[in-house]
Amino acid sequence: MHRRTTAATLLVGLAALTAGCGGSSGGTPAASGTSNTGLTGTITVLAASSLTESFTALGKTLEAQHPGTKVQFSFAASSELATQITGGAPADVFASASPATMQQVSDDGDAAGTPKVFVRNTLEIAVPSGNPAGVTGLRDFANKKLTIALCAPQVPCGAAATTVFRLAGITPHPDTLESDVKATLAKVTLGEVDAALVYKTDVKAAGGKVQGLDFPESAKAVNDYPIVVLKNAPNPKAGAAFVALVESPQGQKVLSDAGFQLP
Amino acid sequence: MADDPQLTGLAARIRLRRGGLVVDLRLDVAPGETVVLLGPNGAGKSTALRVLAGLLGCDDGEVRLDDEVLEDTASGRFVATQDRAVGVVFQDYLLFPHLSARENVAFGLRARGVERSAARGEADRWLERVGLSSYAGRRPRQLSGGQAQRVALARALASEPRLLLLDEPLAALDAGTRLDVRADLRRHLRGFVGASVVVTHDALDAMVLADRLVVMEEGSVVQSGSPREVATKPRTDYVARLVGLNLLRGHAVGTRVHLDEGVILSVAGPAEGDVMVAFPPTAVSLHRSEPETSARNCWAGQVATVETHGDTVRVTLSGPIPVIAEVTPLAVADLGLRPGAPVWATVKAVQTSVYPV
Amino acid sequence: MSRRRRQHAAPAGSGLPGALIPLAVVGVLFLVLPVLGLLVRTPWRTLGDELSSTESLTALRLSLECASLATIVCMLLGVPLAWLLARGRFWGRGLLRALVIVPLVLPPVVGGVALFTAFGRRGIVGSHLYDAFGIALPFTTPAVVVAEAFVAMPFLVIAVEGALRGADARLDEAAATLGASRWYTFRRVTLPLVAPGLAAGAVLCWARALGEFGATITFAGNFPGTTRTMPVEVYLALQQDPTAAIALSLLLLLVSVAVLAGLRERWLTIPS
Repeated sequence: MHRRTTAATLLVGLAALTAGCGGSSGGTPAASGTSNTGLTGTITVLAASSLTESFTALGKTLEAQHPGTKVQFSFAASSELATQITGGAPADVFASASPATMQQVSDDGDAAGTPKVFVRNTLEIAVPSGNPAGVTGLRDFANKKLTIALCAPQVPCGAAATTVFRLAGITPHPDTLESDVKATLAKVTLGEVDAALVYKTDVKAAGGKVQGLDFPESAKAVNDYPIVVLKNAPNPKAGAAFVALVESPQGQKVLSDAGFQLP
Repeated sequence: MADDPQLTGLAARIRLRRGGLVVDLRLDVAPGETVVLLGPNGAGKSTALRVLAGLLGCDDGEVRLDDEVLEDTASGRFVATQDRAVGVVFQDYLLFPHLSARENVAFGLRARGVERSAARGEADRWLERVGLSSYAGRRPRQLSGGQAQRVALARALASEPRLLLLDEPLAALDAGTRLDVRADLRRHLRGFVGASVVVTHDALDAMVLADRLVVMEEGSVVQSGSPREVATKPRTDYVARLVGLNLLRGHAVGTRVHLDEGVILSVAGPAEGDVMVAFPPTAVSLHRSEPETSARNCWAGQVATVETHGDTVRVTLSGPIPVIAEVTPLAVADLGLRPGAPVWATVKAVQTSVYPV
Repeated sequence: MSRRRRQHAAPAGSGLPGALIPLAVVGVLFLVLPVLGLLVRTPWRTLGDELSSTESLTALRLSLECASLATIVCMLLGVPLAWLLARGRFWGRGLLRALVIVPLVLPPVVGGVALFTAFGRRGIVGSHLYDAFGIALPFTTPAVVVAEAFVAMPFLVIAVEGALRGADARLDEAAATLGASRWYTFRRVTLPLVAPGLAAGAVLCWARALGEFGATITFAGNFPGTTRTMPVEVYLALQQDPTAAIALSLLLLLVSVAVLAGLRERWLTIPS
């Protein structure tokens, strides 16, 4: 089970980190870095749904590295999160599934600094385990007889799907356009749809309930995931620490184990 | 059109337990006859009526109307209310509030599939018979108590039932309206060809409406007879009170009755054996001290209550022989009658009536 | 002295104790301000364009149709159910009533998942339907009606049950003595007497169905023209273009208010 692998990796990682931590708390706050700098407080991270499993794990890592901190997540469609941020939602970090949604936030002046791409994600065909409808490739998405779920074009996953279909010259006939990728995945997990187009990371996260099918056109529409500390962050230092963790080798390992591609 | 079934009237034997009461009643009513079930509240009269209507089943018994068995506990047969040719006038009338008077009266006909204009025509005829033609379009809440009662009666009769049941039909009316409505009701009951059963606790209603009176107390019949008979020869204290008579029990030898309380009464007519003695309150005279008359009918008692009763006064006596006396207000003053005062009572023999128990 | 003057100034017959008036005012503001905000922030200039787009109108038409159908379903199923609860005499009546209320307390999304487990392709009932006829309920317009009816039914059942309890059951007896069959009595006596309660319940039911989001989006999915109702359309619009979302919200609000205001109060109150 992929989840277990991720958890095992995490435990090993945690052990390594705590072993490396040696001298404990207190001390003067350092200017940068992932070492124990006496950070405390709550860190609020708004992240795209596809980052759910990996970021949750990284959050726990940070909490272990800096006792006294607590990382709170809000996972949702990036577009929804962008709207919340531009609407004034208080958060420290924003990680989105597409540069377009990050642009919304930057244009609004809510980003502190330049967003940086930290992972990439490709689409994959997801079918219920056992592939009951015998789906073989992207062509099957044009089959009206199959029950298909796609992300709505307004969300990053859906935008990528639109690009992919356009490049492949296929007109899909979806039965539902879900408002976020996890909802799309849920339909596959429940066995209520024959196929869906979600991220590789989602297929991995769903474990044995979902099977993934790669397709060649996926390489043509890869989603870049940018991350940034927000301007009005209540806890900017801790936010920066989280971003640093994400970009660090440990963080990148967790993410690539989940199925992301490194930038 | 089918031939009218042979009307033989109602024959009912009803026995059931309800709450703490056991109702045990035998009721036979001939076609055209009106029987009044009279009794205090809780006597089981309304329960009996509900059984006849089919709204309640009895534990044991049989109900037959003309040639049809409506209920027979022995065979398990039970005809549902809606299949019985029974008309009911309820105490609260239960007129359908969302329908006009005309529609209310036509309801039974429409329910049986009579076409609308025919039903309305029939309803109008009935409303005319009860004198409410001009109120046909009114809603029940726009009708007075007396008018509502008449609509309820018309509604019950319009379906041409073979048994008419009325549950305290005049109870909800004020005294003035009751007079007229009672007289009207009597007229309609006389004109009804089927059997009628009226339930009431009011003596006057019973006297006016009944061909035959059946008195019920605590679930059982305690007296049955014509109104005159019941009124002049009551058999229980309840009936006696109801008809305004004093009632005593004793053992008669010729024209002497040895009362249970030890006093001996001279009475009007000779009799032998256990008897009841009835006399009106006006037959009782009160005296401050033991009178010297030759009247044997004399005993001592104590005033219990003094109440105005129209332009006379009713004095209830306690003591070995509790009676009610009717005297003038002057007498009250003269005799110093007030609760607790000792007094002597006499009864005129000629005004007594004696009959076997 | 001033207290007496204040008492005279109060409208005759209001009777509300003075201390409660500020609370009532706050209550009014609490309910009215969000609506006012909506009106104030409405993009009045571009409103016409936003609202006349095909997506908006399709979503609106779908919403109105599905809510109305759902209400009819609720009435057909809910009235007999309410009768059972109000007048029936059988073991487990209390349990039945609790079950009827469940959709009220269930989070709508949970309701959607529950509907899957019953009527989805792999559901306990739906699987048989699928295996035998190849018919699946999710992602179809009927699924929207089912989801909306599921969440809105308790409103109707409770309203009608209340009305039935308040109605005089003896009138049914009177009808029976006049020879009316049970069906005739139900049609001509019971139903007309509970009509105001039924109407009030149906209105609540319709309003709830119209606003239903969680169960619909979970069970019926999200596809323009088939299952994308107004609330779902607003949710999506919010992610891209909040102004459009406001315009759509206003439209939904206006339509709802128009329908509810059009119902006269006297149709919804029980005549004394």
